[in-house]
Amino acid sequence: MYKVKVYVTLKEGVLDPQGKAIQQSLSSLSYQEVEEVRVGKYIELFVEPHEQLEERINKMCDELLANPVIEEYQYEIEEAVR
Amino acid sequence: MKFAVIVFPGSNCDRDMLYAITDALQEEAHFVWHSESDLSSYDAILLPGGFSYGDYLRSGAMSSTSPVMKAVKAEVGKGKPVLGVCNGFQILLEAGLLPGAMLPNENLSFICRNIPLRVERQDTMFTSAFDEKEAITLPIAHGDGNYFCDDATYQSLVDNNQIVFTYPSNPNGSVHDIAGICNEQGNVLGMMPHPERAVEALLGSTDGLKIFQSILTNWREAHVLNT
Repeated sequence: MYKVKVYVTLKEGVLDPQGKAIQQSLSSLSYQEVEEVRVGKYIELFVEPHEQLEERINKMCDELLANPVIEEYQYEIEEAVR
Repeated sequence: MKFAVIVFPGSNCDRDMLYAITDALQEEAHFVWHSESDLSSYDAILLPGGFSYGDYLRSGAMSSTSPVMKAVKAEVGKGKPVLGVCNGFQILLEAGLLPGAMLPNENLSFICRNIPLRVERQDTMFTSAFDEKEAITLPIAHGDGNYFCDDATYQSLVDNNQIVFTYPSNPNGSVHDIAGICNEQGNVLGMMPHPERAVEALLGSTDGLKIFQSILTNWREAHVLNT
């Protein structure tokens, strides 16, 4: 069994109103050093071993987990015991 | 004319859509559950608003993988009119039937009110009952209505004349004030405003009815008058 950690983030140039609101809240908590906040998603997949594991994870990300119009993704694969 | 109103788990404007067709337009309409895989007996397909699958992952993302969306794609290929409103628009974007994507509204608020709109294209099967550049009023009700596409996609929307509705006063941050777009063939329209909520004077506007009347008129011209 593998644990796949998928990180989905907004592409550069795509406005992140949520991140902007969080940056303002941090600023009002006196964390003025935070210049920018970008919010993304973290998804864990527990996957049976598969010959084309990476290829299939790329496809999963392209088809559903991330929207390539606004988002990009990266992932890490590690062995998992369940 | 026979309309399909697709119902996803979490659709909530499906009944308004059915009512708009059966009572206001006085044509036939049926609910079709999202697990159905054949839409060939329908003349037009309506994807209603709502919060299908609770907007999990991204608005419209889950629904775009429903069996019925394969059937929708098949009917799009046959040139049938497909209209997606609000969540229906988001589903069309996620399914790749229209270009672009939705982001949360710029002000992060859910916006629910009547807004002015401009009809940019009057020569589509959805908008022929409007006047050229007509100013209309329709309700919006969305949290993720901030349409986004990159510059190259925007240029192709302009070049192919795919921008159908714009906001004269942008409520949600959409790029270039875009409120509704169609595909290159012109038989798929996605729009954030709700025409099905504006089909009776009692509800404040009948501007939405013209969209359904346009679909009907164009269908009759293409099918009934030729047979």
